[in-house]
Amino acid sequence: MKFCLILKCSKFRFKTNLIKKIVLLKKAYNALVTASKGMVLTLRHFFGSKKDRKVGSVKADNYFKRLEEGTNTIQYPKQKLPIPEVGRYQLDVEIDDCIVCDLCAKICPVDCIAIESIKATQAIGQTSDGSTKRLYAAKFDIDMAKCLYCGLCTVVCPTECITMTNQYDRSVYQLGDLTYHFSDMDQELIDQKTKEFEQQQAEKQAAKAAALKAKEEGNS
Amino acid sequence: MSFYITYIFIAIGLFAFAALFALFGVYAERKVSAFIQDRLGPTETGKFGLLQTLADALKLLQKESIIPQAADKVLFVLAPVIIFVSVYMGFACMPWAPGVASSKINLGLYYFFAILSIEVLGIIMAGWGSNNKYSMLGAIRSVAQIISYEIPAGFALISVVMISQTLDLQEISVQQGVLSAEKVKFLGLWDVTHIGGLLSWNVFKAPHLIIAFVIYFISSLAESNRAPFDIPEAESELVAGFHTEFTGMKFGFVFLAEYSMMFLVSMIAVILFLGAWNTILPNIGSLKLADWTTGTVWGLTWIFIKTLLLVGVQIWIRWTLPRLRVDQLMDLCWKILTPLSFLCMVISGIWRLWVM
Repeated sequence: MKFCLILKCSKFRFKTNLIKKIVLLKKAYNALVTASKGMVLTLRHFFGSKKDRKVGSVKADNYFKRLEEGTNTIQYPKQKLPIPEVGRYQLDVEIDDCIVCDLCAKICPVDCIAIESIKATQAIGQTSDGSTKRLYAAKFDIDMAKCLYCGLCTVVCPTECITMTNQYDRSVYQLGDLTYHFSDMDQELIDQKTKEFEQQQAEKQAAKAAALKAKEEGNS
Repeated sequence: MSFYITYIFIAIGLFAFAALFALFGVYAERKVSAFIQDRLGPTETGKFGLLQTLADALKLLQKESIIPQAADKVLFVLAPVIIFVSVYMGFACMPWAPGVASSKINLGLYYFFAILSIEVLGIIMAGWGSNNKYSMLGAIRSVAQIISYEIPAGFALISVVMISQTLDLQEISVQQGVLSAEKVKFLGLWDVTHIGGLLSWNVFKAPHLIIAFVIYFISSLAESNRAPFDIPEAESELVAGFHTEFTGMKFGFVFLAEYSMMFLVSMIAVILFLGAWNTILPNIGSLKLADWTTGTVWGLTWIFIKTLLLVGVQIWIRWTLPRLRVDQLMDLCWKILTPLSFLCMVISGIWRLWVM
């Protein structure tokens, strides 16, 4: 009885071993088959790469279909992807239209716009949409290295003087070169305008003082 | 005295060949990988980027040679030399054409196998000497892998040796073509001694040698640490494996050894299985294609074409198949390849006794 059991046991073990071996061989065979499938796939791509990428608009019907064939590399300076005319990349300011309201600098989430203003002694003119300009822009700097291209500044601008252009390739050698200066005033002009404003303030102060004095004298 | 000059000349020639092959091997590797992945690869340096690897080599030459403070300096400096020299010396026994071999050794295959095993020593020296855990892990994996895969590779080769009855690589080459003195039988049935060409290659001498060839090819991939068996230098886990700490020309030598190894194992596969320098064209009736395309220059051409094709397949495999896990690697070696190669050896014995 016992002997029979051992025999049965060993028979069973032999059977499971055999099954294990068959499973292993099947696994090896499957590995070979899948490997060869992969090899055929890469070989197809290897020979398919004779065709270079033709650069076309993403709006084309077969744009994604075309990516399947040939190489995908766009050789950048030689080839360029077409971009929309109203692309929203680099910021640009039409300083003549700017009323130096400082709204763009205030809304900027990363504070990349720095504006300094000088009050003018009188209205200096009008922007193209008819707003009156009363401030000089002594400083209007945008640090494009900080900009996150959210476009909020272009939304809040009341005169639409700050816009985004379709220029995107602005590589520079110095980080400072990414700070764009839009103010067209030189230091001399700034000094002069500051002085004029101070003078006007002083005159006003003096006139006020004189008026006050005259009033006091009149009262007494 | 003049034979010393010949020796030195041949040694320099082989070194130049190894270096040149490494340069263009790397270029081919980059181009092939690029095409497979739908990229372009190097295009800017020279026409089609042909000078890219030369520029890289120049850069490597100029780099500072850094020896880490905690490293074992003797082992660290010696390791790349041993790795390279062991592979480079493997070139010594190679037959290039009928009657052209750098060194005629009647134990050629044995010598080749022995000298390539020394590379393991260099790898473990590099790993231990770097005193870096990544290097150490990489070296341990590499050694475990190379030593394991030498067994199926060795038995696959022995099954050929049992058929050809010699270890002399030149002799083995001669037996696989029209120059053979013995009878050559296609699959043991059809006498192709005077037909030659493709039909008299060792792979077609006996059907089980095709399996032996596949086994040897897979193990040779593992021995030269190439994908899908490149866990010793698995970039995603071990930085660069055993050569993490090497810089400049020391790294260059390890690299050179890797590519020379690729060429060498492919060449051994060609010599033992794919008819060495014998032509692929058989004699058809009065069209003596095999006789016309056998000779020194033809031999060189054939062996180069065949070897480079195999190297191409190695590159192709590297950029297709994903890396194996350590346990999968060992499973493949010990549970599948080793038994199969034993079987091949046994069949070889039977074949030699009863069929040939």
